[in-house]
Amino acid sequence: MTDTTIPPAAGRRTVLRAALAVGAANLAPPFILAARGEQPVLIGLANPLTGTYAAPGKNELAGCELAIAQINAKGGILGRPVELRVEDSTSGDAGTAVQKSRKLIERDHVDFLLGNINSALALAMAQVSNEKGVLHIVPGGHTDTITGAACHWNVFRVCKSTTMEANAAAQQLIEKAGKKWYYITPDYAFGHTLQAALEKAAAKLGGTKVGADLSPLGTTDFSSFLIKAQAANPDVIVFLTQGDDMVNALKQAVQFGLDKRLHLAGAQQELESLEGLPPEARIGAWVFEWYWKQPGVPHVAEFVEAIRKKTGKVPTARTWFGFVSTWTCALAAQAAKSLDAVKMAKALGGMKLPPEIGLVPDTAFYRTEDHQLIASVFVGNAQAGGADPEDLFNVARVARGIDVAGSVEEGGCKLVWPS
Amino acid sequence: MLQLILFNVFNGLIVGAFYALMALGLSLILNLSGVINFAHGGFLALGAYLAYSLMPFVGFWGALLLAPLATAALGLVVERLLIRPLYGRDPLYSLLLTFGLAYILEDAARFIWGAQSLPYPIPSWLTRPLSTQFFFLTGYRLFMVVLVALAVGALFFILSRTRLGMRIRAGTLDLETVSALGVNVRVLRNLNFGLGIYLAGLAGVLAAGMLGLQPTIGTSLIMPSFVAIIVGGLGSLPGTLLGGLLIGVASGLTTVFFPSASEAVIFAMMGLVLLVRPRGLLGEEGRLQ
Amino acid sequence: MSQLPQRAAVALLWVVLLTMPLWINAIGGYTELASRVVVMGLAAMALNFLLGYTGTLSFGHAAYFGLGAYGVGMTLKYLAPSTALGMLVGVAVGTLAAALIGALIVRRRGVYFAMVTIAFGQVFYFIAFRWNKVTGGDDGLTGWRRLPLDLGPLRLDIQASDAAFYYLALACFAVSVAAMALLLRSPFGRTLVAIRENERRARFLGIAVERHLWLSFVISCAFVSLAGTLYALLNNFTDPRALRWDMSGNFVIMTVLGGMRSFWGPLLGAAVFVVLQDYVSSHTENWMSVVGLIFVLVVLFFPRGLLGLLRRRSTT
Repeated sequence: MTDTTIPPAAGRRTVLRAALAVGAANLAPPFILAARGEQPVLIGLANPLTGTYAAPGKNELAGCELAIAQINAKGGILGRPVELRVEDSTSGDAGTAVQKSRKLIERDHVDFLLGNINSALALAMAQVSNEKGVLHIVPGGHTDTITGAACHWNVFRVCKSTTMEANAAAQQLIEKAGKKWYYITPDYAFGHTLQAALEKAAAKLGGTKVGADLSPLGTTDFSSFLIKAQAANPDVIVFLTQGDDMVNALKQAVQFGLDKRLHLAGAQQELESLEGLPPEARIGAWVFEWYWKQPGVPHVAEFVEAIRKKTGKVPTARTWFGFVSTWTCALAAQAAKSLDAVKMAKALGGMKLPPEIGLVPDTAFYRTEDHQLIASVFVGNAQAGGADPEDLFNVARVARGIDVAGSVEEGGCKLVWPS
Repeated sequence: MLQLILFNVFNGLIVGAFYALMALGLSLILNLSGVINFAHGGFLALGAYLAYSLMPFVGFWGALLLAPLATAALGLVVERLLIRPLYGRDPLYSLLLTFGLAYILEDAARFIWGAQSLPYPIPSWLTRPLSTQFFFLTGYRLFMVVLVALAVGALFFILSRTRLGMRIRAGTLDLETVSALGVNVRVLRNLNFGLGIYLAGLAGVLAAGMLGLQPTIGTSLIMPSFVAIIVGGLGSLPGTLLGGLLIGVASGLTTVFFPSASEAVIFAMMGLVLLVRPRGLLGEEGRLQ
Repeated sequence: MSQLPQRAAVALLWVVLLTMPLWINAIGGYTELASRVVVMGLAAMALNFLLGYTGTLSFGHAAYFGLGAYGVGMTLKYLAPSTALGMLVGVAVGTLAAALIGALIVRRRGVYFAMVTIAFGQVFYFIAFRWNKVTGGDDGLTGWRRLPLDLGPLRLDIQASDAAFYYLALACFAVSVAAMALLLRSPFGRTLVAIRENERRARFLGIAVERHLWLSFVISCAFVSLAGTLYALLNNFTDPRALRWDMSGNFVIMTVLGGMRSFWGPLLGAAVFVVLQDYVSSHTENWMSVVGLIFVLVVLFFPRGLLGLLRRRSTT
C-alpha cells in the first residue's frame, strides 16, 4: 500500500559524486586545466538543491547530467568536452542565486547559465546573465515575464508560460468539470497570471468565476479556503497551487470528501506532486508540461530508460526541462559555429528541436520574438496508478504548443539586442 | 456568511489544537531551561519520517506510538550532549546551536528519505468526513483533536500530580532553590526536554497525515509556535494552549475576508499583544526579562 | 590587556580588506563574494551596536535592511537614475521607520522586544509582497541596476566594475564603522554599556534609559539600512525575502558566531558565514549539515564566539 518512492542510493550518490568531482575540479588552478589539452566548454547550473524546491531541482539536475553525457558521447560542443558546474541557489534566497551566478560567470567563466525554478531567482539571475552577456536558458521558472515584459536577448525559456497552460486546460475543465469555477490561487506572480489567463480562456467557453482566493505561499492548512470554496457552490475548485501547496491542498480536499461533491482540478500539475499524494487523492483534470508515457513517439522510451537507469525513477517534466536546456546550449553553439552569445542567441531564434531532444509528438521550437519554447501540452487526468505504478497521469490528448501559445504582443516582450 | 464564519471558527479551533501541540513542547523547554529551541521543527519532521519508516513494520497505530518515543529518545541524547553545556550562558548561544541543529536535521531528512514528497497512508475509516454539513470535520481531524486533548491532559496531569511535574513547575519558577532542595536539576532538565520533544514528534506524526511529508515540513510551523507562546503568555502552558487556538481561529477567520493575509495576521496579532499587554493573555508579569 | 597586538590586528584587517580584489581570485574566491562579506559584515556590526552594547536583541533588523534595499531600488527604477540619491532615500526610509517603530516598542525588553521586532518585520514583508504593482511582489523588484557614481570630477563605475563596487561598499563600511566606534567610545556609548550591565541602577542614576535605547536602536537601524542599500545594489535586485525574519535570523547568527561582546566579532562571523556557505555549497549538496555542524561546534567550543576565543588567548 505504501509507495516506495524513496530514491535509491545510486541516484543520490551519483549527484554527490558529480558535485564533489565538480567541486574538486574547481580547486584545480587554471594551469592544470590547460594541461589537459582541450579546454572544456562549461555550462553553469544555479538551481535549488535544498529547501522547498529541492525535489524538482534534483530532477532538473538529472536531466542536465544525462544531456551532458550524451553531448560528450557525440563529440562535445564544437569538438570540445562539456562540463556541468552545479551550484545550489537555495530555494528562495535571491542574494545567493545572484552570488552563485556571478561566481559561475566570473570565477568559473561558464559559457552558458542555466536556472532557476524559483521565478524571482530566475529574474534576478537573468539580469546578471544579461549584464555579462552570457546565454541563459531557464529550464523551469514559470513567471510569464521571463519571456514577457522582462525578456532579454540572451534569455530563453523551456517550460510553458501560464497562457499556454491556461489555454490547454480551459477546454478540458469546461468539458469535464463544468462552468462554475472557484479558484484557489497561490499568491505570487505565477498564480496571478495563471488565474488571469484561465479566466480569459474560460470566458470564451462560457465558464464563470464564482469566487477566487489567494493563498499565501507555503500555506499548510487549506481547510478555511476549502470551506469558503465549497460554500460558493462551484462545479469545480480550480487548484493553481504548486509543489507542497498542491499536495497539502489536494490531500485535505479529498479528506474533506469534496471530491465526492464537486470536481477538483486545475491547470499545471507535476508528477512530483502526484507522487507525494496518497493514492485516493490522485484525482482531477490537469495539464502536464511533459509526460513520460508517450506510446508511439520515437526516442521517448530510450530517454525514459536512460533516466530510470540513472535515478531509479521515471523522468518528470522537470527532468525534461533540464535535459532540453542543456541540449539547447549544444545546439546553439553548433548552429552558430561559435560560443559567442549573440550569435548563439540569434541562431536559437526559431530553432526546431530534433525529435530525440524535443521528445514530444510535434516539433518543439523556440519562438524568435520572445525566446519561449513552444512545445506540446499534455491534457488529461490524474490516476492512482496504471499498469506501471509510476503512471499517475492519463493523457487524454496532446495539444500542440502553437495552438495554445499566447501571442507575443500579449506577453509584451520587446527584445533589445546589443549594438 | 454567518455559517462561513462559524465554520471557520470551528475549523480554526481544530487547526489551532495542532499549533498548540507544537507550541506546548516549545514552551516546556523554554520555560524550564530558557532554551529557544529552533530545532523544534526539525524534531517534528523527524517524528513524521520515523513514523513513515516504521509503518510497514508496526502499522499506523504502532508508528503513532513508537515514533514520538523514538524522537524523544533522540531529544534526550541531544540535550545531554549539546544543550547541557549551554546552561548559564547567554540564551543566544542556545539559539545559534539549535539553529545549526535545525540545518542538520533538515539535511539529514533530505539525505535519508529524499527531497521528494512522500505519501503517508492513514487508515481509511479515519479519512472520511463525519457529516456532509460539517465536511471539514473529518475523522482524522477529530482524531487529531482527541489526541491533542489526551496529550495535553496527560501533560497537565504529569505537571500537577507527579513528582516530576511538580519539580518542573517549581524549577520554572526558581531553579536555584529547587536544586538547593536536593533535586537533580540535570536530570530534570533532561527529562523536561525529552517531554517537549515527545510533543514535537507527536505533532509530526499527526502532521504527516494532513500535510505533505517532505524535509521542510517543520520549518513553516516554528514561527506560529513562537507566536502562540507570546500571545498566550510566556511561562504559562495554558496560555500557550490558548495562544495556539487563537492563532488557528484568527487565521481561519482572516481567510474569509482577506485570504492572502491569513499568514500575516498572526504576526499582527502578536505585535498587538506585545504593544498592549506584553505578558500575554495568561502570562505573569516579569517573565524572562 | 596590551594595546599593541589589538591595534596591529586591526591594521592588518584593514590591509586585508583594502587589497582584497588583488588576492581573492587566487584563493578561489571572487570579488563579489568579498563585497557580500563587507555588506553582511556591516549589517551584523550594526545589529551588534544594539545587541552587544545595550544587550537588546532585535530579531527584526531585516525590516530596515529591506527598506533600505527597496528604497534604493525603487528610486533607481521610478525616480531618478542616481545611485547616490537612491542610497540616501534608502537610508532615510529605513531610519525614519526605525525612529517611528522604535518609539512604539522601546519599553519592551528581552524576548518581548525581539518578538515585537519580528512582528513589525513581517508586516513590512507582507506589504512588500502584496503591493506587487509597485514592489514587484514575489517576483522582486527588477528592471533597474546600480549606476555609475558621479562625484564631481571623479567617476566611479560601480556598474561595470565589481572592484569599484567593492571599494564603494568598503568605503561605506569604513565610515559606518568609524562612526559606530566613535559613538561607542563617547559618553553616549558608555551609557549604553551601563544600561546593559544594570538597567535599574542606570535608571536610578537618572539616565533616560528609554531614550538611550531608542537612539541606539535608530542608529543601529540606520547603519543596517545602509547595508541594505548596498545589498540591493550588489544584486541589482531586491525581493520581499530581504525583509523576512529569516534574514534577521542570519544577522543574529553572524553576530553570535563571531562574538557579541566584541566590536569586530560580527564581521568575522559574517565572513565565516558567507564564505563557508559559498564554499561548502559548491562542493556538496549536503552543505547544510556541514554549516550546521560548524555552528554547533563553535557554540560548544568557543564560549564567546570566534573572536571571544582569540581575544582570551591573547590575554593569558
